[in-house]
Amino acid sequence: MKRKMFFAYSSSIGILLISIWLGVSIGTAEVPFSTLWDKETNESAYNILWSIRMPRVVLAGLVGAALAIAGAAFQGLLKNPLADPYTLGISSGASVGAVATIFFGLSLPIIGSYSLPFVGMICAFLTMVLVLTFARLVDRTMKMETLILTGVIFSSFLGSCISLMIALTGEQLREIMGWLLGSVSMRGWPYVQMIVPFIIIGTIIIWLNRRELNAMMYGDERAQSLGVNVKKSKYAILAGGSMLTGAAVAVSGTIGFVGLVVPHMTRMLWGADHRHLLVLSFFNGASLLIICDLVSRTIISPSELPIGVITAFIGAPVFSFIFYKQRKSRG
Amino acid sequence: MLKVQNISGGYGSTPILSNISFEVEKGKMLGILGPNGCGKSTLLKVISGIMKPSTGTVYVDGKEIKDYSPKQLAKKMTVLPQLHATAFSNTVRDTVSLGRYPHQSGFFSSWKTEDEKAVVNAMEQTGVRKFEKAQLEYLSGGEQQRVFIAQALAQCSSLLLLDEPTNHLDIAHQKQILDMIRKEVTNHDLTVVSVFHDINLASLYCDEILLMEDGKVRAKGVPHEVLIDDQIMDVYKARISMQAHPEQPKPQMTILPDLNELAKEKVITVENIKITDEYVECKSAFPLRVLSSAVHNAGLGWYSNFINRTVQQDYNIYQVKEEFLQYLIEEGFSPTNTVGMMTAVHTKNAIVKQYEAPFGSVIVMVTAGIGNAIDVSRSYDRDNKNHVGTINTWVIVNGKLSDEAFVQGMMTATEAKTKALHHEKVYDTISNTMATGTPTDSLLIAATQQGEYMQYGGPITEVGKVIGRGVFEATVEAIQIYRRGALQ
Repeated sequence: MKRKMFFAYSSSIGILLISIWLGVSIGTAEVPFSTLWDKETNESAYNILWSIRMPRVVLAGLVGAALAIAGAAFQGLLKNPLADPYTLGISSGASVGAVATIFFGLSLPIIGSYSLPFVGMICAFLTMVLVLTFARLVDRTMKMETLILTGVIFSSFLGSCISLMIALTGEQLREIMGWLLGSVSMRGWPYVQMIVPFIIIGTIIIWLNRRELNAMMYGDERAQSLGVNVKKSKYAILAGGSMLTGAAVAVSGTIGFVGLVVPHMTRMLWGADHRHLLVLSFFNGASLLIICDLVSRTIISPSELPIGVITAFIGAPVFSFIFYKQRKSRG
Repeated sequence: MLKVQNISGGYGSTPILSNISFEVEKGKMLGILGPNGCGKSTLLKVISGIMKPSTGTVYVDGKEIKDYSPKQLAKKMTVLPQLHATAFSNTVRDTVSLGRYPHQSGFFSSWKTEDEKAVVNAMEQTGVRKFEKAQLEYLSGGEQQRVFIAQALAQCSSLLLLDEPTNHLDIAHQKQILDMIRKEVTNHDLTVVSVFHDINLASLYCDEILLMEDGKVRAKGVPHEVLIDDQIMDVYKARISMQAHPEQPKPQMTILPDLNELAKEKVITVENIKITDEYVECKSAFPLRVLSSAVHNAGLGWYSNFINRTVQQDYNIYQVKEEFLQYLIEEGFSPTNTVGMMTAVHTKNAIVKQYEAPFGSVIVMVTAGIGNAIDVSRSYDRDNKNHVGTINTWVIVNGKLSDEAFVQGMMTATEAKTKALHHEKVYDTISNTMATGTPTDSLLIAATQQGEYMQYGGPITEVGKVIGRGVFEATVEAIQIYRRGALQ
């Protein structure tokens, strides 16, 4: 068991490191491995690596990691294999904020060009507060059905707000659609700096509730009788997951599939124990999104595809393969 | 261990529980029974602290449950609701290990040897260790339930609350799980409070029963004090009857169905009795309730066919059970629907008589062989060898008899038989005193269980009068025929 988990961690981290290296080295310009530290021999490659490719890879990794761990936590909390980071409608809130920024051409003072992610995060936060307050109003114990239905209500309402803006817009249509499909290109280090604190805090909150998530898989009553403070843990996980989702969506748009599929793949390979599942999903989500981003910018180079298209393109066959293998081996 | 005081409450504004108080001692098992919707599960939720009562208090080990922290309470008390495999499957070991949650603390919550021991112990007690690496979702319902119980045991608390622990399990698994829980109660002083749907299981395994009705306690006490016919019928609004358990001093109930079958004339007459060379048979189109001391299917039961078979004097009595069964199958009788007796007396010496009575008729069949007649008061003088010669009696009543009427009918028939022996001056040749019967007499009382209900069957009841007279007259005639045959 211990050996298996050691292998799980080392392989996940290994894949992540390889993904990072591929992400920074492949592209229209050749970037050799030594460029990492060797500034003198090839200064332009050094600059490409550190100011263009590296922030892009790091951002893709952080977004992927955030979506995957949030997805794993929501699936466990809601005991629903169909749940993903977008189930609760937080992402729709962030999207409304972002689309509104583009639609109205908003530009806030001081932060200027970073208005879009900033507004997105504010809206994600407001949506989270609204969703949780409403769910609590309906049902004090916040059963999973209540949460899922509340999420559906908010998602569809906010979704129609987005549709309304799309319908009314003219020249920004391409920009809005491009943002909605998700992308991590042309963001740079400031975007990374903006989401890092949220991702660190959100991840720690969720990780601290790993054993509580294990207990809650057997229902709230059983969890409570095991000594879990169910209400507190639920709030913590919802807040942590929403923080991660909101941050990820605000900087990169609604990139689908990662948050749904990475936790499933990780679970199938290494088991459903949240003590490992959360961390492994974090690594694997990062790897998957880095690879997907790499494909999205190289496959029809010099143009780029939206990353959301690629995640499903790569993710679905990989997921099907693992699903098939796993069912087969268990008979 | 557990004290519940004046609990009232329920969901929202509708009160479900009203003023419930009871106590459970350490090392006892309490079963909560009651019809659907009487508040059993709600009570369990209140005791476990999942639901707050509007009034009243729950004490565990002398301390109010709200004064415990969640983890402290989890060390004292384990609640096992009805669980199912989760959406995401874990291994058996991981599932059981979760039971150690309240015992772990700290940021990284390290796994101690004590935790490992508790988990292994719980898996061994429940017999799930052999598939500890298996995924929960691939186990059968019974195995899953055992894993959940192992998880509860790994929690190592002294009070266990269960909600229908054997729901949806087959009888082998029901027995296995309850035997196991009972063992923990008896051997390790575990205290158990469990909701049951099955009255019989609760009666068998619990020290005490709490019977609920409309959110109130209707009765509490040891099973035989609570599980009384009238009380259960009143609470559950269903016709039932309590019976004795064959091994345990615990009452068991059976449902009495209300079937509206077409009221057919169900009567047995002498026409039903046929005498062939090998046996006297009575074949009925419907089963009769029978109490007998026959060779095949003795005791109380429901049977349609009776046979009194004539065998040779040198019949090998030592394999009588197997041989008789074989014989019934060969002759085309259903072995589970036939009561069989045996005699060396020829079937042509059988006496069959029908008597009319106010409630219906009574048919008596007697074959009498008195070669081995005995005075029961002097039988201590005798050897224990089997000798040939036996008196077999059938009494078939077209009426409805209570259990005590059956027993009294047996007594009445036996007394009538003895009186017939006296009347015919049959002697015990060894003690040289008046005989009372033979060592191997068989008697069968059967009733169609139709018509008027007869509570008693003693000598001055209507049915007793006919039995007494009928058995006496038939036995006298049978003895006379036997003697004539013996003289020839």
